[in-house]
Amino acid sequence: MALRLSTLALGQTFEEVVVENLTRTQMVQYAGASGDFFPLHSDEVYATRAAGYPTVFAHGMLIMGLTSRMVTDVVGDARLTRFGGRFLTQVWPGDTLTSRAEVVEIVNSPDTPCVRLTVTTVNQDDVAVFAGEATALIDR
Amino acid sequence: MIEFPIERGAIMMFARSINDPNPIYWDAAYAESSAVGHIIAPPTFVVSIAKFDPSFPLRPTIGEPWVGSGREPSGRPPQESGSGLAAEQHFEYFRHFEPGEVLTATSRTGETWQREGRRGGTLTFVERITDFRDAQGAVVVTARSVSVRTSKRIEIG
Repeated sequence: MALRLSTLALGQTFEEVVVENLTRTQMVQYAGASGDFFPLHSDEVYATRAAGYPTVFAHGMLIMGLTSRMVTDVVGDARLTRFGGRFLTQVWPGDTLTSRAEVVEIVNSPDTPCVRLTVTTVNQDDVAVFAGEATALIDR
Repeated sequence: MIEFPIERGAIMMFARSINDPNPIYWDAAYAESSAVGHIIAPPTFVVSIAKFDPSFPLRPTIGEPWVGSGREPSGRPPQESGSGLAAEQHFEYFRHFEPGEVLTATSRTGETWQREGRRGGTLTFVERITDFRDAQGAVVVTARSVSVRTSKRIEIG
């Protein structure tokens, strides 16, 4: 379901919990699916004893991928024209992430009406871990 | 230039790994009857082109020591500086491709800049831009990534 011009409003918000209690197994699953096997994201022994971190932490692109689920749930399938953002801090096993979007611009173009959203993903302490924007085509 | 075959199973596994149960990513019958008309890939799927990059450094290379743990915590001596990690990622979508297509990707380095990290050490940012083209030569996705390399321990995930 795509968004409709007639029902969208500036300031409208959307929210979705995109992962609860992130597991190391899911981080391994993402490593396999993406091809990025950097051991800081899956190898506890390396991360703690060689690299000095408290434990492994999530790929930035896993955080963005989890966030993309909220975005596509909001804008519909094959509607995105742009999606991007910054990785702000680490995400650790056990974290629960909530992604939020807010309508910041509605472009009422005759050919290609579209919406611009700000996108933020926060952890269970309400600390932002990813912040960016998405633009998507909408229906009239 | 790297060839990137778009595989249905790879899309399904990528969607699972990001917790997205949407059938548009794996159910052909559902996808064909949808407004889109075919299976598509999640928005960040093109990063998995790394699998087809023969020189991608973040996976073990057969016959070479790997940085991850084996008998010891690391299979290689610690690096002088930290490794590059993702700082930013941006995508622009021109067409939503489908399984069976073979995309070709060309990358170029964009800007490079430095700043001091919050807890000391110099952060070096490098921008990389990749165009993914279809069989007709049209750009379907452009990806712009910014990676950061630290002179001290990594502070950005």
